[in-house]
This record gives sequence, C-alpha cells and structure tokens, in this order.
Amino acid sequence: MKRVPRFVAAFVAATAIGQSVLADDAPVKSAPMSRGRQFDEHGGADLFANVCAACHQPDAKGAVGAAAYPPLAGDKKLASADFMLDVLFRGLRGMPPLGSMMSDEQVADVANYVRTHFGNSYPGAISAAQASAARRRTPTP
Amino acid sequence: MTDKTALAMSRRRLIQTVGAALGGAGAYQVMTRLGFASESPYRGPIRLDGDPKGASVVILGAGLAGMTAAIELERAGYRVSVLEYNDRPGGRNWTIRGGDVFTELGGATQTCAFEPGLYFNPGPWRIPYHHYAILDYCRRFGVALEPFVQLNHNAYLHSSSAFGGKPQRIRDVRADFIGGVAELLAKATRKGALDEEVSTEDREVLLEALRSLGALDKDFRYRIGEDSAAYRGYAKGPGGGLGAEPVDGEPIGLNDILTSRLWRGLENFDYYDFQTTMMQPVGGMGRIGEAFARQIPDRIRYRAKVVAIRQDETGVSVAFEDLASGGTAQESRADWCVCALPLSILSQVPINVSSPMKAAIDAVPYATVVKFGLQFSRRFWEEDEHIFGGISYTDLPIHEISYPSGDLNTGGKGVLLGGYTWDGPNSYEFTAMSPAERVRRAVEFGAQIHPQYPKEFENGVAVAWRRVPFTLGCAGDWSDEARKAHYNDLCQIDGRIVLAGEHASYIPAWQEGAILSALDAVQRLHKRVVAS
Repeated sequence: MKRVPRFVAAFVAATAIGQSVLADDAPVKSAPMSRGRQFDEHGGADLFANVCAACHQPDAKGAVGAAAYPPLAGDKKLASADFMLDVLFRGLRGMPPLGSMMSDEQVADVANYVRTHFGNSYPGAISAAQASAARRRTPTP
Repeated sequence: MTDKTALAMSRRRLIQTVGAALGGAGAYQVMTRLGFASESPYRGPIRLDGDPKGASVVILGAGLAGMTAAIELERAGYRVSVLEYNDRPGGRNWTIRGGDVFTELGGATQTCAFEPGLYFNPGPWRIPYHHYAILDYCRRFGVALEPFVQLNHNAYLHSSSAFGGKPQRIRDVRADFIGGVAELLAKATRKGALDEEVSTEDREVLLEALRSLGALDKDFRYRIGEDSAAYRGYAKGPGGGLGAEPVDGEPIGLNDILTSRLWRGLENFDYYDFQTTMMQPVGGMGRIGEAFARQIPDRIRYRAKVVAIRQDETGVSVAFEDLASGGTAQESRADWCVCALPLSILSQVPINVSSPMKAAIDAVPYATVVKFGLQFSRRFWEEDEHIFGGISYTDLPIHEISYPSGDLNTGGKGVLLGGYTWDGPNSYEFTAMSPAERVRRAVEFGAQIHPQYPKEFENGVAVAWRRVPFTLGCAGDWSDEARKAHYNDLCQIDGRIVLAGEHASYIPAWQEGAILSALDAVQRLHKRVVAS
C-alpha cells in the first residue's frame, strides 16, 4: 500500500461525474476550475496563470522566503527544451512533476509560453511530440 | 464488579508493578505482550543515559521535530541552541487568530479579522488516538485536548451533479449503501450462489449478520420501515404527546448511490488515520508549539534564516542571516547539528553531506495544499442543520467543509474550515489566486452546500502552503519509489549532521511523524556522542 497521508481522499479521483453547473449559476463571473486530476486549462497563458504563477508568481520573477522560487523570467536554462520538459515531468527538488497532470499539448503550450514571454525569447517551439518523448523517458517517480 | 472489570484491573495492576520495577521500557514490553500498545513504536519518554560531556548541538527549525530534539537533548545535558526562520515557535503547528497578520510569498498580506476566541488551524488540525508520542507530550506539557469530530452522521456528502446538487446526509448514504449491499448479498446467499464459499452453518450466521448490520427486514429486504429507520433515522422523528409517532423515511436506492459516487466520501471515516477518537488542543493546534517552546526558554533564536551548513572534523558551522537586523550575516557553531528544516528549504541550502544523503534531500516534492478559515455571523450549521462538528465532503474544488468541534451549541459566531485541498489541479489554481479571491471562491462554492453562506459570511483567511515563506509547500510527498531509493539515506547520521521532521518518517505530514523522527534521531546521535 502506498504510504501517503489520506487527507483529501474523498472525491478527488472523480472524473465520471458530469460537468459543473457552476459556470452558469455563479452570480459573479468566476474562472472555471479543473474538475478532476488533470488540469482543464488550455493555452500557455491560461496554464501559466493558474499553475506556474502559484509559485513562480504572475510576473515569473519568483519569490524569496526561507528558500526561493527561482524566476522563470530571464532563466537561461530554459533555452534547453529538454531541460524544461524534464523539470515538468520529473519535478525538481520540492517542485512536483506537474506534467503528469497535463496532456502533451498542454505541456508544450505552457513551456512555449514561458520560453517566449517575461523577457524570454528562446528559439525553437516545443511540439507535443517532443513533450510526449520527454514523458516517455521519465523514470517512474 | 464484573469479571471483565476485575480482569482489566488486575492487568493494569500487573503493568504498574512491572513498570515500577523495570522503568518505562519494561512496562511497554508487558503491555505489548498483553495486547496493548501495539499500534505505535512510541515507547514512552526516551532516556538518554550517559554523559555528553558538555557537547553542543545546533538545531535548525523550531517546529515540533526541532523542539522535540532540543528538549530531549537539553534534558540529557547537551548545550542546545535553535535557529528558527519565523518570529514564533511551532513551524507548521500554527493557529491563526483575530489580529494575526500573515504575508505570503508574492507579498499579499492578510490580517485575520476573527472575533476573539475564534481560530483556524492552517496546518495540522487533528490528532488520532494512536499517535501516542504527541499525546504523551501534550499530557506532560499540560496541553488541554478535546474531541475532534471526524465522523458526524448528520454532516453531508455532496456531488454537484447528483441528486440535483442537493447534499445528502452521511447517515443516509452510509446506511443505505450498506443496507443495499447487504440485501444483494443476502439474495445471492439465499439463492445458493455462495454455496461454494460459505458452509451451511456459516450461511445462516451470514444471513443473520447481514440482517443485523445491514438493517434488513424479516424478508432480508432493505426498504422503508422500522428496521432501516433504526439506522438511517426518520422522515419525521419520534416526539412527545399527540401525533408523536415517527414517520420512516424512504431509503436512497443503491443504484442512485452507486452512480452518484457519494460512497467515495465514506472512506474518510474508515481509514485508520481518521478513526475515532481523534483529538484537538483546546483553543487551537498552536497551543502545542507554544507549550514545547516554554520547555526551552531562551534557547530559540527567531528570525534566523539558515543559508549554509558546513561540517568539518570538529563540528558544524551554520551560516544564517539575522532577519531582525536586515539580514546581517551570522554564524552559529556546535559539535553536532540536528537539521529539522523541511526538505523544500534544505534542498536549496548548501550543505556538505554524502552524495546519497544530498540526493535524498533533493528527491522529495512537497505537497500543494490550501486551507480556508471562514467566519460566519452565526453557527447556522448547528442552528439550522443540526450539524455539531464533523466534516462534509464534496466534489467541488473546496473538497470539504469542517465544522468546529469546540464550543458546541453555544450560539454566536463561528469559524468553519471552508475548504481543504491536497495536491491536484485545484490546489494550484487556488494558490495562484489572490487571498481575497480564494476566500470569495470558497464562499461561492460553499453556498452550493449551505445556502446560508452569502448572508452570514463575514470574513476569511486562506493559506496556500506553497506560498508560505517558511516551507514553500505543505509536507514531504514521498512516492513509494522515491522512498525505496532514498529514505534510508535521508535518515543516516552523516558525520555530525542528522535530519529530523515528518519527511524523515513513515507518518508523513503528521506531527507524530515529526516527533518520532526527532526521538529516533537524538537517540542515535546520543549513542554516537557517548561512544566517541
């Protein structure tokens, strides 16, 4: 048995149940939230704003506390598509492997978005096929 | 006195006698043989015999692991000092009360506006009965506990797409699911479908058990009537005087429960970690951290940010920034170091340990968790819905709503745990929002379960653990594979350094894991010191 804390076991695995009625009924316009174990956002900007920005901040400049979230803005390491894809699929130190909650297209979209925004302009768009290859070369966690 | 009581008395006296003769460990062995105390490796207060000869230890982090190490080592004769990033003890053991100010990474500041006496535990919030170590420390340090209600039959299970989005009482779902399954099983048994598995003798016993525990009627049916009502309650409860006769309720069909997936919520009441009795400190979980800190007055240096850990042949030097004086570079040196920093922090601090230990430090992602504390103008869950403590589970992004276990039935304002996400997309999505937006969304979602929300909501706080400056995450999120590859390397004494914390335990994210890890670390360290 996997020894993980069972804090929020209840419905998080639910995918079979239907779509939320929220979007129509909500009195204030609220951005939709994902319904299952996979991110529902599409497009690099949307994925960045709802996933990456949680730690790396909306301006991609990172944040510093007892340790730091590195800035993605101006990060020379992101010039390497393989590096970026491997971080997304394997995680890095405290960072979880977020690519496991995204499709190949989503991973490529968000990687390309970061590589071409926040002052970054790295050549060579990453394809979903590249993301798929990176996913396949990821060792089981 | 019944025979049972007499037996229990004599067993207890025997344990006391043996305990007095042999000390704690002797008592534990006797208890184990008699069938008690088998759930936890905790063997009572540790004893560090032998003279450390004035050895010094620098301890990093004044959470429960670090303070446990400091308390036990000081008691054994060590000179201890503790470096802590925050300006308070406890670490993730933390309670937010009215007037508290909290600034998260990114700079957003929340000032809690709760009424005096109301609080919210953004970190640990409940203690299982089998977490013997933390319970023992609470007893020794005078931390008052009260029951924490995990299972409340009258709380809800909710799916936004089942039963028209109407929350269902846990009592009904539980009784009707068990009853429905019992009826099916009884039918199969009586048809002889299980004859190969069940002996003729057992067959009758099985049917009797199914009828009893599944609330089946004389025909082995689970249906409206006094048998099912005895478990699921009534459409109209029994009263006094005229017209007092109860009216039974119609059970939910098994098919409806199965397709609704509401049964998924029931596991939260059966897991070993969540079984009754659970407990909480009166007045907030932070009372435990405060009590620990009182044991080591003047030993904790607050607002010290560790930036490098370097060991050599004679000791350990810890470089830190004194945040109280604008980050002045300082150094603390000791013979030994117990490092109780979360791995999310430690993995970024230069440290000269073996490469397997460094690989272990770098191998553990941290959980992404968000919790919400919401104050309401009245305790409508008690007054309107008769929910006294407990937890409702939902498929909405807030995942659950927990009702306060303290001050039941006292009226006035109250604070709910308005949501608790653990990993998964919603945790990141909530974290990426501003605190005010998180709270607004939690109120919006919660209103689908409790329509009183919009009218009664007053103020709230939302703690997204990834943006908590002292941890950058909630807890070590070990995979089985990573644990197999790295756990033992993480727990070694490396030269003069040993790690402690929930991440160095098999009870991740629980305070018990932090304490047991620290106790194990200091016992091994002490053995090495005395031998050297």
